[in-house]
Amino acid sequence: MDHQFQLPGSYKKWTYGLIAVGVVAVLYGVFKFQPWIHSHEGSHVDSTRFWAVLLQNSVFFLLVVNAAMFFICVTTMAMAGWVVAFRRVSEAISSVVPILGIITFVILLAIVFGERTDIYHWLDKEAVAKDHILNGKKGFLNPVFFLVWSFITIFLWWFLGKKMRSMSLQSDKKEQMGYETGKKWIWNNTVWASLYSVVFTLTVASTIPWLWLMSIDAHWYSTMYSWYTFASTFVSGISLIALFVVYLKNRGQLEYVTEEHLHDLGKFMFAFSVFWTYLWFSQYMLIWYSNQPEETKYFIERIGTAEKAGPFKGIFFLNLIINFLCPLLILMKRGTKRNWTMVTIMAGLIIFGHWLDFYQMVMPGTLHDHAKLMPFEFGVPCLFVGLIMWGTGRYLSKHSLLAKNHPFLKESMIHHT
Amino acid sequence: MAGGIKKFVVGSFDDENVLFPAVKNVRKAGYKIHDVYTPFPVHGLDHAMGIRETSLHTAGFIYAITGTTTALTFMSWVFTKDWPLNIGGKPHFALPAWIPITFELTVLFSAVGMVLTFCYLCNLAPFVKKHHFHPRATDDLFVMVIECTDKTNDTELQSFLQTAGAQEINVQEAETGWWIGRYHKEQKLYKEEKGY
Repeated sequence: MDHQFQLPGSYKKWTYGLIAVGVVAVLYGVFKFQPWIHSHEGSHVDSTRFWAVLLQNSVFFLLVVNAAMFFICVTTMAMAGWVVAFRRVSEAISSVVPILGIITFVILLAIVFGERTDIYHWLDKEAVAKDHILNGKKGFLNPVFFLVWSFITIFLWWFLGKKMRSMSLQSDKKEQMGYETGKKWIWNNTVWASLYSVVFTLTVASTIPWLWLMSIDAHWYSTMYSWYTFASTFVSGISLIALFVVYLKNRGQLEYVTEEHLHDLGKFMFAFSVFWTYLWFSQYMLIWYSNQPEETKYFIERIGTAEKAGPFKGIFFLNLIINFLCPLLILMKRGTKRNWTMVTIMAGLIIFGHWLDFYQMVMPGTLHDHAKLMPFEFGVPCLFVGLIMWGTGRYLSKHSLLAKNHPFLKESMIHHT
Repeated sequence: MAGGIKKFVVGSFDDENVLFPAVKNVRKAGYKIHDVYTPFPVHGLDHAMGIRETSLHTAGFIYAITGTTTALTFMSWVFTKDWPLNIGGKPHFALPAWIPITFELTVLFSAVGMVLTFCYLCNLAPFVKKHHFHPRATDDLFVMVIECTDKTNDTELQSFLQTAGAQEINVQEAETGWWIGRYHKEQKLYKEEKGY
């Protein structure tokens, strides 16, 4: 077996089909919603809708593909051997980071320079000057810091991810590593993985969700928010890896990936679904318990009060069912985690669930009662899914599917849970 | 109350790589392995011996939902029926506040329940004495214990173990368990294995 994957026609058809659907959806949005017009007091809410949907999808899918690189880095630092059999799949997914990174950055630029105060309230200079709280956050929530830090972040994700990928690809060209060279190679990997993880902690696990998402509700804050976002995208990233692994296995590739590897991916999906719930609950319960108006505001916008249900009540609790109850009860059983079909279904469900989670993170603060879940909202993600498939497929078909000289390959081949 | 006193042929191995083929051959020859005692958990040995998957986790799940139900019913009864209190203006049925306690009881029930079940399944209890087939099973020997039935010819079996690579072989008579010997009836015959 030469471990060289040829993209089948059906894959390409789906990729270009999804991209086409997405492009049509975006164009429809451009002409129909007139995103250049500012929304005021309930007029032209559709232009807000356009930007909110783009923000939700670009940030979500960027963080998901970026999570694939984080997965490589944590497993590298943990000296985990079992992932080597499908390491190229996570690498391929993470190679989409620059594409989605540029798109996200362009969207953020448009929002900031277009002074979309309907998305980010803190862009409104007059409001900030009058507002005690926003004035206090001015050092952090201002266009210059926002854009510079976003740029640095995306650049570092790309740069460090690229370094990790190129080290892996270069090992293919060399001979089988001996003990000393292998040890040195692993050490180099560990150093770069650690650097990536430090950057990841300073961005995904802290500042980036504050800037890109939490600042939509600029008056409100939660110390759980970034970890919550991280958990959401990490579990989706693992699910995406699982989906590609199952797909390639179905195509007769990845000969060393067995049920054992699938079982461990399933465990990750299970564990991080529970971790996400832990953060979801911690955020909700503490705010519910202390019951302070400036904090409960966030949840009242979503689920409403005892007297009047909020517009996002259904989605808010559906979110909990899809992302907590389903993984908990279905993935708990050993047999499910070792079943290719069940893992595929659950991976799809988890990704959809967390996409919906992002929907309810972005929409209430921007669109309030006017949020919709129409073909436009489902069309735009098609563009991003298509781009992920395109970039991942390109990487998978360009390089060997097996990191054949990785020192831990043997460990991965005989992996047994 | 268990199987009473039974006769066993005991073969001790000092190498995993010899043990695995030996287990296979002993089962193939139709002998009944009572158990293999090892100094540390040996990966895959349970499969080689044809022992079925444990149901301990199913028991754990049942204990866990028992814990969940106990916590939720008790708290809702106390706070809504028995002794409703106004705590910070919260509703009497204050579900979010109960979740941590519900979680803890779920974990407690399943953990304690599973430990006790595990002890039961392994015939472990305080003051219960069990027969040791070889003291070095806790040190450096893999001890394979084969049960003798009416049809077993033990001299033949001993020479069989000799060829299988056992270092020490002897015959012992011992009490098998405390109340019921667990895995006796549940071993698959070798010919029921896939690829026989």
